[in-house]
Amino acid sequence: MSEDKNEIDEISGTETTGHEWDGIKELNTPLPRWWLWIFYATIVWAIGYMIAMPAWPLINGATKGVLGYSSRANLVTEVEMAKAAQSEFLNKIEASEVVDILKDEELARFARAGGDAAFKVNCSQCHGAGAQGFVGFPNLNDDEWIWGGTLDAIYTTIANGARYAADEDTRISQMPAFGADELLERDEIDAIANYVASISGTEADSALVSVGRELFVDSCAACHGDDGEGVADLGGPALNNAIWLFAGGVEAITAQINQPKHGEMPGWSDKLDDVTIKQLAIYVHSLGGGQ
Amino acid sequence: MRHLSGTIILGIGTLLAVLGAAFAADSLFRAHALILALTLGIATIVMARLVQVNGNTEVDKSGYMDEPIRIGVILTVFWGVIGFLVGVIIATQLAWPDFNWGPYLNFGRIRPVHTSAVVFAFGGTALMTTSFYVVQRTCRARLWGGDGLAWFVFWGYQLFIVMAATGYLLGITQGREYAEPEWYVDIWLTIVWVAYLVVFLGTLVKRKEKHIYVANWFYLAFIVTIALLHVVNNLAVPVSFLGVKSYSLFAGVQDAMVQWWYGHNAVGFFLTAGFLGMMYYFLPKQAQRPVYSYRLSIIHFWSLIFLYIWAGPHHLHYTALPDWTQTLGMAFSIMLWMPSWGGMINGLMTLSGAWDKIRTDPIIRMMVMSLAFYGMSTFEGPVMAIKAVNSLSHYTDWTIGHVHSGALGWVGMITFGSLYFLAPRLWGRKQLYSLRLVNWHFWLATLGIVMYVSALWVAGITQGLMWKEYDSQGFLVYSFAESVAALHPYYIIRMVAGLLYLTGGLIMAWNIYKTIRGDVRNEKPMASPAAQPAE
Repeated sequence: MSEDKNEIDEISGTETTGHEWDGIKELNTPLPRWWLWIFYATIVWAIGYMIAMPAWPLINGATKGVLGYSSRANLVTEVEMAKAAQSEFLNKIEASEVVDILKDEELARFARAGGDAAFKVNCSQCHGAGAQGFVGFPNLNDDEWIWGGTLDAIYTTIANGARYAADEDTRISQMPAFGADELLERDEIDAIANYVASISGTEADSALVSVGRELFVDSCAACHGDDGEGVADLGGPALNNAIWLFAGGVEAITAQINQPKHGEMPGWSDKLDDVTIKQLAIYVHSLGGGQ
Repeated sequence: MRHLSGTIILGIGTLLAVLGAAFAADSLFRAHALILALTLGIATIVMARLVQVNGNTEVDKSGYMDEPIRIGVILTVFWGVIGFLVGVIIATQLAWPDFNWGPYLNFGRIRPVHTSAVVFAFGGTALMTTSFYVVQRTCRARLWGGDGLAWFVFWGYQLFIVMAATGYLLGITQGREYAEPEWYVDIWLTIVWVAYLVVFLGTLVKRKEKHIYVANWFYLAFIVTIALLHVVNNLAVPVSFLGVKSYSLFAGVQDAMVQWWYGHNAVGFFLTAGFLGMMYYFLPKQAQRPVYSYRLSIIHFWSLIFLYIWAGPHHLHYTALPDWTQTLGMAFSIMLWMPSWGGMINGLMTLSGAWDKIRTDPIIRMMVMSLAFYGMSTFEGPVMAIKAVNSLSHYTDWTIGHVHSGALGWVGMITFGSLYFLAPRLWGRKQLYSLRLVNWHFWLATLGIVMYVSALWVAGITQGLMWKEYDSQGFLVYSFAESVAALHPYYIIRMVAGLLYLTGGLIMAWNIYKTIRGDVRNEKPMASPAAQPAE
């Protein structure tokens, strides 16, 4: 086919290929230079890259590449480096009692950072990303502690949990169902609820408060303290403030005395290593309410 | 008598489906077989009524088989709207998880409904429809194999879509991304797809043109490669011949590699090569200009299909996949850049001498925007395949943004342009119902894509940086949940962007409905010649 036969497109001045399909023609424009050169450049680069890196599969493994790159070897090195960078502190934490960690300022700072990271992964689901808690899940930023706010107490709670069946050293307390089990009369519960509401600073029927106080000392003080200040060793929460695990006010308090709700927390000693639990204890202790 | 054999085959199919339900090995298979029986049963009744009504057969004057193409245009619009709608719903669920209504409308079940509805229902129907149209016109030949075979391909594919989508809702899945349907649906698609290949090849063989037009090369590459990918990736052993569950023939990292060889080339040959075929016909037709460069079309076609098939490993960077495979995946992805851009250059340069039409013709405007997004996402792809970039972008929403700039921008826009081209011609109308509504569609879709893509760029990079952030002591700074919380505003923007795109799709549906009816909207023309500057 001689080329001079083909029609020239008027607008571009380019020759067509002489074919036509359903009215569509094609110009015989050469390949754009810049396109071709960039294409060549990517091919040259790809060949270079395949020489530099492991690339070609052979019978017994692939070519290693002149740079000797290996993602597995790099991973091992990086993990070792990261461990080595932390090992001094991690070893110290492992060898120390929790309370002694705080005596070394640098070590304490490291433990708080580690505890912060571990808290986000393991604890924030129930206690919130800022440890602010939710209904039924304690706020860890304040100074009210159900099981005690010393470092040792916090450590024990994290390691063994509360009402966690899988751990025999777990924290256990059980508030009696005073109403449901008919340990107290309905009007007695009412009086106690009004007394507790009054010491927590919420609205209460003043006529019932003094009766309620007497009943409280008889039935409740053993676990919650004579003035409702709480007994951490027994897991009896303080009632003389506005902090509530479930809800405050006469109605909610009555419900709790009648048929109590109990929270549950897993013990972490079967999931996390001791160093991490120590770091968590340091972190939680540092949030504001540590004793 | 016409339709009699079809009615009988459909009736037997219905009966077999009922038997499948009766002897099913598990309750999911029973439910799925009943859905199949219902679908085929309705089809049988419709077909049986056609047997009685159609006494004399109409003669198609054009000599082309256009009836499935007409239905295909309507179904493409329908599946598009469904796909966009489900997309908006899952975007809402990501922004506000309370919108999960389990178990059938949980995110996990309707996310594959969205991806399959858009890729296979909307995109697949569009490709099948336009390929039938293009191959007949550019070969000057009626579809090969008789009307029955073409109808089998067309409705068989629609049945695949229905079975795939209902399966997802029931919870039937292989868990392979973009290849979720279980073994029996896969076998059905294989049969339909081979028939599709036979129709297409047969038409090419009996063409009355000397040469095969470039659009048909791309369509053929799409059909052949999808057949290969589909069969290999879905090799599996069913647990029972009347049960849903099957186990893949591959295991471990080989399984992952086969899946992403499939997944990447589904993008390459379904969403790229197929739609390039569409572009190579409808753009020069709409612009009424010759294709810019025949040589470029040859070189970029062969380099594209040769290089694309090796790029899949870039989906598995920094995994158990051997280093050498990752190297090759990255190298081939980089080399793929210019071959991909060849299509954009050929499309855009075809408009030289017709650039003024961007002012007056919103269909050309859509096609240009589609090529712009094609160029952008085929540049972004190689960039994301670079291991250093991938270590930040992988597993983040950046990937989702990337695939949507290709799907909404390139695939969506070129399809809309082609549908607007086809509608008046297929129903013998002088013009579309309204060009101004096309313009509305254009702007809503463009705004939606830009919002979507930029929101997910920010979201993806935020995610990637938060996951990699260590403090000076060597501890991770952010929890995963914090990175999720940080994305909330971008997820809302993404949902709004999807709503804009869906609104555009609804406007298109209205416009095409009115065009089919033969209505013409009383409106000012797009741009008056007087407003044009002197040349």
